[in-house]
Amino acid sequence: MTPALALDAIDKSFDGFRALDQARFVANAGEIHALLGENGAGKSTLMNVACGLYTPDSGTMRLFGAPTRLSGPRDAAAHGIGMVHQHFKLVRPFSILENVLLSRPPAAGDGAPYSRQARSVAQAIAAKAELLGAKVDPRARVDSLSIAEQQRVEVIKALVAGARILILDEPTAVLTDQEAERLLQTLRRLARDGATIVLVTHKLADVKRFADTVTIMRGGKTVAELDPSQASIEELTRLTVGDALPALPNEQPHFGRRRLEALDLTVRRADGAPAVDRVSFFVRAGEIYGLAGVSGNGQSELAELLMGVRTPDSGLIQFEDSGEAFSAPRPAALRSDGAAFIPADRYRFALAGALSVTDNFAIAGLRRGRYGGWAWTNIGRMRAETKEAIRAFDVQGVRSLAQKAALLSGGNAQKLVIAREFSDAPGVVVAQSPSRGLDARATAAVHARLKAAADRGAAVLLVSDDLDEVLKLSNRVGVMASGRLAAEFEQPFDRQEVGRAMVTHG
Amino acid sequence: MLQFLVTWLATTPSLAVPYALGAVGLILSERAGVLNLTAEGLMLIGAVSAAGAVLSFHAPPLLGMAVGMAAAAFVSLLFAALVITFRANQVIAGLVTVFFCQGLSSLLGAQFGWTSKAFSGLGPVPFGPLATIPVLGPIVFGQDLVAYLVVPILFVVSVVLGRTRAGLNLRAVGENPEAADAAGVSVPITRFLAVIAGSALIGLAGAYISVASVKIWIDDMTAGRGWIAVALVIFARWNPWRALFGAVLFGAIQAIIPKLAAAGVMLPQYLVLTTPYLATLAVMIWVSIARRHAPGDEPGALGRPYVREERV
Repeated sequence: MTPALALDAIDKSFDGFRALDQARFVANAGEIHALLGENGAGKSTLMNVACGLYTPDSGTMRLFGAPTRLSGPRDAAAHGIGMVHQHFKLVRPFSILENVLLSRPPAAGDGAPYSRQARSVAQAIAAKAELLGAKVDPRARVDSLSIAEQQRVEVIKALVAGARILILDEPTAVLTDQEAERLLQTLRRLARDGATIVLVTHKLADVKRFADTVTIMRGGKTVAELDPSQASIEELTRLTVGDALPALPNEQPHFGRRRLEALDLTVRRADGAPAVDRVSFFVRAGEIYGLAGVSGNGQSELAELLMGVRTPDSGLIQFEDSGEAFSAPRPAALRSDGAAFIPADRYRFALAGALSVTDNFAIAGLRRGRYGGWAWTNIGRMRAETKEAIRAFDVQGVRSLAQKAALLSGGNAQKLVIAREFSDAPGVVVAQSPSRGLDARATAAVHARLKAAADRGAAVLLVSDDLDEVLKLSNRVGVMASGRLAAEFEQPFDRQEVGRAMVTHG
Repeated sequence: MLQFLVTWLATTPSLAVPYALGAVGLILSERAGVLNLTAEGLMLIGAVSAAGAVLSFHAPPLLGMAVGMAAAAFVSLLFAALVITFRANQVIAGLVTVFFCQGLSSLLGAQFGWTSKAFSGLGPVPFGPLATIPVLGPIVFGQDLVAYLVVPILFVVSVVLGRTRAGLNLRAVGENPEAADAAGVSVPITRFLAVIAGSALIGLAGAYISVASVKIWIDDMTAGRGWIAVALVIFARWNPWRALFGAVLFGAIQAIIPKLAAAGVMLPQYLVLTTPYLATLAVMIWVSIARRHAPGDEPGALGRPYVREERV
């Protein structure tokens, strides 16, 4: 059989950094083909070549056997290649219809009146939605949709544009378990109808369960192509990571005094409904307290309260070290009391993307007066310590200390945030979904850092949608549902029971 | 009292036209994501070249105004190249363009001897006996052609923006250039066309002031109307019809000042002249308080230069 998409010996460099090195990728029609690799392995770069966003430095591309050179995304769409990016390319104030119309390649009927075009696109949307087993209202504005629904719009958009090869970049990273399951079932249906599905991912579980074939990349090179049902998880991990993952040390924890305490915290949404409803809990020194829950049950608001970026309507937050109870803590006061924060949205709350890696790292130390007083700054020391931290926390993809932080990939940006937050042995750590979007190795490194902080005597609050992460790391677990602390669990945890608390109180 | 109302309402349209055309021109450019502060300058270019065409080449007034449109569109290429091709800061580039145009228009006027020379210009459309109807005559049938054309022009702009593929592309480029680019819409070309088309309308606004309204060219004769148009865009929250409402409102305010003075009412006229700005301030405060939970009207990528991102 002629492969639907064949990329051979692709090279691509950015400013001398070799992102792709003789990369190879072959996918057949009717299959779900996973492209597996760590952050920075070159998966996204290779797929950006396939969808016409990047021009390769060398190498060949064949579509259904025919050698092809793509001049851009529109050309790729005309050749039947559709891409669903990790960050959706949707115009948020537009309706679904307008978004689909925008990206439809030139076709017969473009000269028709707008209203007729709109009608035919609305019909196409309905047809494709039915194919996916979903119902959509083409007049709905994209910014009124959930993430999973927006992703569905991206898929529909690609299908209406005539995609026979559909590339999805980390599609399950932003979805809950149930939503991911549904998406993957949908993709299975499309593949059965003869489409080629390329699933760019770092989740081994998705690969094992849904892919017919997997291509594994490491360091810009293609290292293996195999049938995932014939390979063990360990084997896939070894091929992806290259060597064994660092294991977490298993020590008997010892808890000290309460270092972080929330008392009856309440905050209301704009419509008056409580987002966080009389939540009380405490975290002791040396303890990791996990807050689990289906996303959207008040965890984000609670984390924002603790970070001081949102003011509670009532209730108190107590940081024992300072001996004060705050009704509305100021972020600066929290910082000087030794609190560290790892927010879920790292690009928004944790990094200034337009500033350099050095500036982003050194700001914490600068505030503490580590690099000189108000009149003078020791830039040499800032640079030296940043360099040291980048090495110690294994932040990759830093080509220069002056590079903008926004250019770091997700996992490396998170490592930089953690390096900064942990640079001063914090007494209290609040981490929200710290491993979201990270690969296996980066996740293991983040978990080890949180453990190490607790072992040093810090109180760690871990807020996460990933139940496995919470159960693996926490000493105690609280479950949030509808803004309330619905239940608390002690070790040993019963996964079923915790899971039930997450859904039954909702 | 009736006489007062009739003369007030009859002079309002000709004062409202430059605001409406200027604001709609700016809206075209800003809906494509280009923050445009050039109106004051481009109006002057439109005004001086239209007056020049009429004075030196004896062009009919409407042709002169077309020359004003073309001239403003041409000069706007400078601004467009600065902010789209070279990705200069759009605020600074806009201000620089205004100052450049102020100098250029004064120079042209002085060099060719167009300054302070009155000409006949564009007169009202001859409606014959209709114009003599009491009350309605002067208000409805006493205006010039361009004043009547404002509503059709706005209609065309709002249909193009809202109900054509070209308008869809333009708005997509202004809301989310990354998405537009991924959809195969050229961000620079769309923005260039939006700025040029908008600038032609701004040029028409300026030409209207010199050829239809005042019928003379004087240095800096726009006297801040371009800035009011900039404020009007915010007042109108980027909607052409709300811009027309604002233009008529501001035009009416401006028209009432000399009437009040003539009627013996002593109002500090500088205070009255600040009314458009006060109204804009009030709208901005109202928007940020009352509509803080509503989806914003401001184009998502307004003022943001677009660079196709390449990252590892």
